[in-house]
Amino acid sequence: MPANELIRSSASAMAAKLAAKEVSAVELTQAHLDRITEVDGGARGVHAFLHVNTEEALAVAADVDARRAAGEKLHELAGVPIAVKDLIVTKGQPTTAASKILEGWMSPYDATVVKKLRAAGMPLLGKTNLDEFAMGSSTEHSAYGPTRNPWDLDRIPGGSGGGSAAAVAAFEAPLALGTDTGGSIRQPGAVTGTVGVKPTYGAVSRYGAIAMASSLDQIGPVSRTVLDSALLQEVIGGHDPLDSTSLTDPSTGLVAAARLGNVKGMKIGVIKELHGEGFQTGVENRFNDSLELLRSAGAEIVEVSCPNFGYALGAYYLIMPSEASSNLAKFDGVRFGLRTLPTEGPLTIERVMGATRAAGFGDEVKRRIILGTYALSAGYYDAYYGSAQKVRTLIQRDFAAAFAQVDVLISPTSPVTAFKLGEKIDDPLSMYLNDIATIPANLAGVPGLTLPGGLADEDGLPVGIQLLAPAREDSRLYRVGAVLESLLEAQWGGPILDQAPSLSQSVLETVGTAAKEAN
Amino acid sequence: MNTETILSFEEAMEKYDPVLGFEVHVELNTKTKMFSSAPNVFGDAPNSNVNEVCLGLPGVLPVVNRKAVESSILIGLALNCKIAEHCTFARKQYFYPDTPKNFQTSQYEDPICYDGWLDVELADGTVFRVEIERAHMEEDAGKLTHMGGATGRIQGADFSLVDYNRSGVPLVEIVTKPIEGAGSRAPELAKAYVAAVREIVKNLGVSDAKMERGNVRCDANVSLRPYGQEKFGTRTETKNVNSLRAVENAVKFEIQRHGAVLDSGVKIIQETRHWHEDTKSTTSGRPKSDADDYRYFPEPDLLPIVTTAEWVEELRATLPEPPAERRKRLQADWGYTDLEFRDVVNAGLMGEIEETIAAGASAAAARKWWMGEIARRAKLADVDPAALGVTPAVVVEIEKLIAAGSINDKLARKVLDGVLEGEGTPAEVVQKRGLAVVSDDGALQKAIDEALAAQPEVAEKIRGGKVQAVGAIVGGVMKVTRGQADAGRVRELILATLGVEG
Repeated sequence: MPANELIRSSASAMAAKLAAKEVSAVELTQAHLDRITEVDGGARGVHAFLHVNTEEALAVAADVDARRAAGEKLHELAGVPIAVKDLIVTKGQPTTAASKILEGWMSPYDATVVKKLRAAGMPLLGKTNLDEFAMGSSTEHSAYGPTRNPWDLDRIPGGSGGGSAAAVAAFEAPLALGTDTGGSIRQPGAVTGTVGVKPTYGAVSRYGAIAMASSLDQIGPVSRTVLDSALLQEVIGGHDPLDSTSLTDPSTGLVAAARLGNVKGMKIGVIKELHGEGFQTGVENRFNDSLELLRSAGAEIVEVSCPNFGYALGAYYLIMPSEASSNLAKFDGVRFGLRTLPTEGPLTIERVMGATRAAGFGDEVKRRIILGTYALSAGYYDAYYGSAQKVRTLIQRDFAAAFAQVDVLISPTSPVTAFKLGEKIDDPLSMYLNDIATIPANLAGVPGLTLPGGLADEDGLPVGIQLLAPAREDSRLYRVGAVLESLLEAQWGGPILDQAPSLSQSVLETVGTAAKEAN
Repeated sequence: MNTETILSFEEAMEKYDPVLGFEVHVELNTKTKMFSSAPNVFGDAPNSNVNEVCLGLPGVLPVVNRKAVESSILIGLALNCKIAEHCTFARKQYFYPDTPKNFQTSQYEDPICYDGWLDVELADGTVFRVEIERAHMEEDAGKLTHMGGATGRIQGADFSLVDYNRSGVPLVEIVTKPIEGAGSRAPELAKAYVAAVREIVKNLGVSDAKMERGNVRCDANVSLRPYGQEKFGTRTETKNVNSLRAVENAVKFEIQRHGAVLDSGVKIIQETRHWHEDTKSTTSGRPKSDADDYRYFPEPDLLPIVTTAEWVEELRATLPEPPAERRKRLQADWGYTDLEFRDVVNAGLMGEIEETIAAGASAAAARKWWMGEIARRAKLADVDPAALGVTPAVVVEIEKLIAAGSINDKLARKVLDGVLEGEGTPAEVVQKRGLAVVSDDGALQKAIDEALAAQPEVAEKIRGGKVQAVGAIVGGVMKVTRGQADAGRVRELILATLGVEG
């Protein structure tokens, strides 16, 4: 199989080819490294990666090949390469959180999820771009420059996990890890035509994910198919004694659910408050198509109301910055990372910390630290943080009431398709509204999945469909998601990404032009 | 250094009614730290007992040490506290380089132990009940050493060294309610209270309880008000007063200082004070208001601690004998008089004496050494006797040397000198300094013959039956042998030489 065809396969298909020895892990890994070289760099490259881990990835692949040749029993995904969001710490590769304050920092330890990837024999292709400290919905807040959407290089890939989503959409990696605090896995999935899952809070260990908002953060899979995400979540999930908020549930049954193949008799709830006004027409249309398909497959579609979801965004923008202001206090130039000395005046510890944080953090990070510091201040705590926590309880109750009526909930993932780079960078409020449909799941701790729902009529860009399930019922997402995916792909005659522009040509041409101009 | 005027203690007490309050931090002696698996060991090379969690590296998460929770509950039970069925951790936020995360994980609104009391016995046997507000769990900070500069403090230092070995060590902070009515016994009560807490945690086995190592640290709050006034005066908090004597002295000094400030019509500034052992005085620290904004909020990385009644009762069943009962038992076992025993308790030496007896000394010998020579030297050196550097093993060994006739009491004091000067064990000091009793009869006989020859009239008296006159000859022999002879043996030899029956 030619390399460009190989890299377009699903991870599960790659795993099958590896098991059948039709391809070696080294060949598969090299094909992805070549693709990264081809499309990621240059002035108009995708720029999904902040670091490419060529040597180690190939060494791991070679080791997997040797073990397979020796007849060793390997993990199903052994030899399938993966990209890791640069918010997750890795030994042997820098971890920056896309911030200047951590430029060049090498973690002395591996995140629990990274340990699990290594144990499964999955070569780590590198670290993917994100909004600095995962704060943003466009990856434009990366201190190392934005990632571009493979569907249109002038558009955002979503955020904060734009790098992971774009890497998977551009066939630079079959799988990636993301983190989702308010939609950072799902919204990028929606605008890049890929799949992403935020598992139940506690289903995947957070140990080694640089914290933004501890009570909302969750690591999850990024892929091109629902089954692939299920395979990956089974690898990374499960109890971790190093994370006190980690659930004791085993990480099983997800792949089986994705392979079940029917939704007959399931009740699916349309959240009244999460479609219609404020949602782009093309998004609304594709959402209705998906409802129709599910109905045709024997699911019962009902409308449910979650009246408090209207307060979710407000509560989120108090809780998240409050926790972030605390979690980011450790970045002070004393023990690791950037240290900046004040240009004038005495060199006291306070002034060095101040100068370091002034130079090391970007505007959006500073904005959230200031918001959070204010919200936690004496005299404001009850009105802001305290009230937000009450709203959180109300949202949890909305979910509980909804899940008393239906098995899963459904909504568009993002109200709009990918917008242009720079379009919302100076308008934080409008940027925050991208996460209106994804935030409630984080506030309640319930799992959410996004899968491609087609292309919007008005701009031809991908639309995401979001499924939500009760806590610890992640398998329902995979069951319904896989069925909807197969129905949609049957309509399209193949994966949605087949309709994406051929990236390599456009990038190469642009790079070629730039090179000529430079001469 | 301290130029402040102070009243005499008596004058201050005439005019003002002191109110006290204590925050005592107890470092737990768990194997690992409060929220990480790094070892909790004192005295190792700086920054060797650390891992990514207690260094606060990006991405790390805390996990609560179950043993530390159990130790905290035990302390609460011993302080007659209620144990919360459900409690949480909170983040106390401030930027300081000894705190790697720039927040301390502590407890805020719902401490694990609350509403307790402790009966404290004063020197004359008076029992004073101190109410306990709360005892909560938290983590210790790293240790900063400020280099350069005159004061050893951060102001004026050239640079500071930080040792994170202590970062994350489990602490229990015991906070009293305001203590009223102590009157002129306030300094004494302060010392007795801290001594009682130290005794409890040591007795529980949950802390090494060594104040000189900072295992037990006291912040002492003092305020004065005119007699009859209900409202408390403005308080100051003297930080880290790290010996029992210092607690007593610091409270006394602050009472005297407050008195002078109030007398001059000036308001007390609510602030922290630093205690200086050398000048026996405090100096101004940082202003402290009740509204210091630490931006506390619930620690989102930790689950609430839930204590079941079964668990608490299981722990209660393991509580050792309460100190008051223990004292009664020990006094009976040792056969000390009430006065002797009270002196031991007041000197804070009950534990040392118990250990010394357990190590093999007689009760009388243990008391003789600790209350006598060791206490005397401690007073001269201005330290607590326990901090002088004499271990129970040293006392036992010296006693054994005396019993074996190798040394006498006078030589034993010289042996103690040697031990304190780091010359080794008592036996080693005896050898190095040549302190052994002269028991070579040949050498003694020569000295005796000389002494008898020097005082023939005394020798005659003894021969004539006045045996009590032998003392003069013994004295002569001891002088010649510079005290290194066994006086009993010398007496025997003199009588044998003169052919007289002892």
